[in-house]
Amino acid sequence: MKRAATRTKTQSRSPAPGAPFATRPGETAQLVGTLKKTFLLRPARRDDMAAVTDLDERITGLAKPAHWLELYKRQKKPGQAPGIFLVAIDKDAAGRLLGFIVGEIRAWEFGSAPCGWVYALSVEPDSRLLGVGEALLESIAGEFRKAGVGKMRTMVTRDNLLPMLFFRGEGMMAGPYTQLEKDLG
Amino acid sequence: MKLQIASRLAIFAVLELTEHSERQLTVAEIATRYGVSTHHLAKVMHELGRAGLVRSVRGAGGGYQFCANARRTTLLDIIELFEEFGPQGPDANEPGGGTGEAAALDIVLGEIDEAVRATFGSITIATMRRLIERGRVPPVATGRLGS
Repeated sequence: MKRAATRTKTQSRSPAPGAPFATRPGETAQLVGTLKKTFLLRPARRDDMAAVTDLDERITGLAKPAHWLELYKRQKKPGQAPGIFLVAIDKDAAGRLLGFIVGEIRAWEFGSAPCGWVYALSVEPDSRLLGVGEALLESIAGEFRKAGVGKMRTMVTRDNLLPMLFFRGEGMMAGPYTQLEKDLG
Repeated sequence: MKLQIASRLAIFAVLELTEHSERQLTVAEIATRYGVSTHHLAKVMHELGRAGLVRSVRGAGGGYQFCANARRTTLLDIIELFEEFGPQGPDANEPGGGTGEAAALDIVLGEIDEAVRATFGSITIATMRRLIERGRVPPVATGRLGS
């Protein structure tokens, strides 16, 4: 199956006129259509955090409201590398969160030149294989590119097959760093 | 890291079939493409058929067709049909087996095996096709891979 073929020719990269989701002043959003679903991608808002926490908790089994709020606030903190927190919102189910992605540009950690890190990517289980994750990843990659970085990284546990297959399918390959660890017990 | 010839042939055959999914390919066509013997490839195709990854269509225009899900079939699924793969565990019958040195070496070898297994297990046929289409992998030069 060719994933690129799932995009329609009418796919828009900017909000369509009369789109049902009004964006706020200064907020950029894009309406993404696939053969099976149309959804809106936009920066996360403070009032998305409850749905983000809920989705993450259903997938990981851990509720981390303070963590997601902190990552949300990091988008706005002056003097810090801006975080990027994007959400995918269902066009047909007024405002329902379909997925989210969080990343950040970090420089010179472990000697690495500036690169975009994807910290978290989550998609509603009943909305998988609709292109939501792919659109979120493409969108954050675009943000990284705009900021002038040419490399995107993430970290996945080896036995976590679903994200592993997804990121590999999106063209991500093993990088030049090896993660090392030691039990301190 | 080297795969057995049967594993390589099986991966190439599946990639070839998914590239030409609109029709069946004969063993002779695939064998010619990779410069291998039809006899060896026929055995590989039979094994892929038994695993439900390909099916043969008889008659004029017949041949093999990929019939599994390319987005769910990993390189590891194919390789494991032809060779034992992954951590073997300590073997007391090996020279030095049962010693502390052998145990330490097993830890290192296990780490390598785990990484290799995770790599093959996370790359699907669809991902391989995308790699090829993106041109990150140069075209295969026709030559004999084995007999």
